[in-house]
Amino acid sequence: MRNTQRSQKIAFFLLFLSTLLIVLPVGLIVVIIVQKGLPAINWQFLSDIPRQGMRAGGIFPAIVGTFYLVFGAIFFALPIGLLAAVYLSEYAKDNLLNRIIKLAIINLSGVPSVVYGLFGLALFVVFLKFGASILSGSLTLGIMILPIIITTSREALESVPQSFREVSLSLGTSKWQTIRHIVLPNAIPGILTGTILGLGRAAGETAPILFTVAAFYLPRLPKSVFDQAMALPYHLYVISTQVPNVDEKVRYGTALVLLFLVLVMNLVAIIIRYNFRKKKKW
Amino acid sequence: MRKFKEFIIQKLILICGLASIFFVILIFLFLTKEGLAVFKSVTPVNFIFGKSWYPISEPAQLGILPLILGSLMVTLGAAIISIPIGVACAVYIAEIAPLKIKEILKAGIELLAAIPSVVLGFIGMVTLVPWVKSTFHLPTGLTALSGSIILAFMAMPTIVSVAEDALYSVPKSYKEGAFALGATHWQTIYRVLLPAASSGIVAAVMLGIGRVIGETMAVMMITGNAAVIPQSILVPVRTLTATIAAEMGEAVVGSEHYFALFAIGIVLFIMSFIINVTADLFLHKRK
Repeated sequence: MRNTQRSQKIAFFLLFLSTLLIVLPVGLIVVIIVQKGLPAINWQFLSDIPRQGMRAGGIFPAIVGTFYLVFGAIFFALPIGLLAAVYLSEYAKDNLLNRIIKLAIINLSGVPSVVYGLFGLALFVVFLKFGASILSGSLTLGIMILPIIITTSREALESVPQSFREVSLSLGTSKWQTIRHIVLPNAIPGILTGTILGLGRAAGETAPILFTVAAFYLPRLPKSVFDQAMALPYHLYVISTQVPNVDEKVRYGTALVLLFLVLVMNLVAIIIRYNFRKKKKW
Repeated sequence: MRKFKEFIIQKLILICGLASIFFVILIFLFLTKEGLAVFKSVTPVNFIFGKSWYPISEPAQLGILPLILGSLMVTLGAAIISIPIGVACAVYIAEIAPLKIKEILKAGIELLAAIPSVVLGFIGMVTLVPWVKSTFHLPTGLTALSGSIILAFMAMPTIVSVAEDALYSVPKSYKEGAFALGATHWQTIYRVLLPAASSGIVAAVMLGIGRVIGETMAVMMITGNAAVIPQSILVPVRTLTATIAAEMGEAVVGSEHYFALFAIGIVLFIMSFIINVTADLFLHKRK
């Protein structure tokens, strides 16, 4: 008996240790980046264009470029993703078509990000002749985050109780009216969570924008959606591998701004979801 | 009129529902449209098993075996590190951690999943690479091992969250039955819960590996990018993904090199397709 107790203790300790092995490095990464990046952050760094071959100045065009790309992607992916989720949760029957759609979504979410980059290059840049532009990059990122938006929105829609729909339909409303006025409003927090997670993913990805939009060095703001743009993740890649003798501080500062952007989005999503689950009345 | 509007909306919803199928097909079509052209100059067998990758020499040598082996080596290393740690962490979160800590841990794992790969690559470059170099007395720290370690961290969030789901969905009665027979908590975990959740855990591992094979930026930044057949885990390697990302910028649209990079894309697409479909089969077996 004592033996089994002891092996349980050892086993639980090892499990705890494994958990620490994951969580501690994450904490450490964040701490290192904040500690070394914070001294670089000032108003000039955030609002100035890069100077001296990106070794000085700021990262403003990269921040702006990332915002354009991310909102372009959401603008494209949210309507399609949301309606696709409505289809899956409200209209689809349990048949072969439904099964194929689900498989397609799983596959879209598993396609390597660099393959999205190739696809965007072949379709948007070369075939449709958009060139390397914000439009091409946004569409590529949009398709990449589509599965995230569909999956989270669908979960949100499905968590609205069936009785809500039945009551609404029994009052003589049509199916679409029920969805529009009863189901969607009750699913908004969940949809919002998915949207923010999609934003965060799009902001951090580099490989899909490598050949579809990213400019190595473009010390001005993009003028239209057919213009190239700098982007934070690509900029970090460039100054840490392609440009020699960049001050360590500038690299850490860029990493910090990117990390901050992505983590804040994810934290907001986690908090919305947590509050929603706690307040849920049904 | 209202009926007509309803009709239009329903059709629109159906079209969007079908959009994901449309995009998967579209991706495959455009990859093959650009990629299959390479097989005019090299046979599929020589492409996959060719031992040298010199895409811009005259004549170009387009064999991707070194790249495939590079990807496999980095992936294998990442799997060896991430599977035991990831599954152990999933067990800890699902079974042992108190409720409050559980919530915090889950949020922490989600944040790890959210860190952009280029940031992990950067951190790997400035911390891990020098460490590997000095520990193993190597001429360079940009090795397959460094890549494996960083990639392990990218696979773990997937492994932990899917495996934890699998453990969580084992019926309560299994656990109660084991307790009633006098088993300790640990005995219940490894004799009852883990076997019951095994197909979900297999799926978790596969999805984690899928993530690793497709990962690009971090790998490109820290594995050294030498397109030679790797002899050990302590030498620079180059993966399939990194090759595309590093070389597409220089490849001329419509050249042999360009087609070859798309053909690598097809290989990656098919790999991820197989991994995801199989993982899905395992997940459904459970239900």
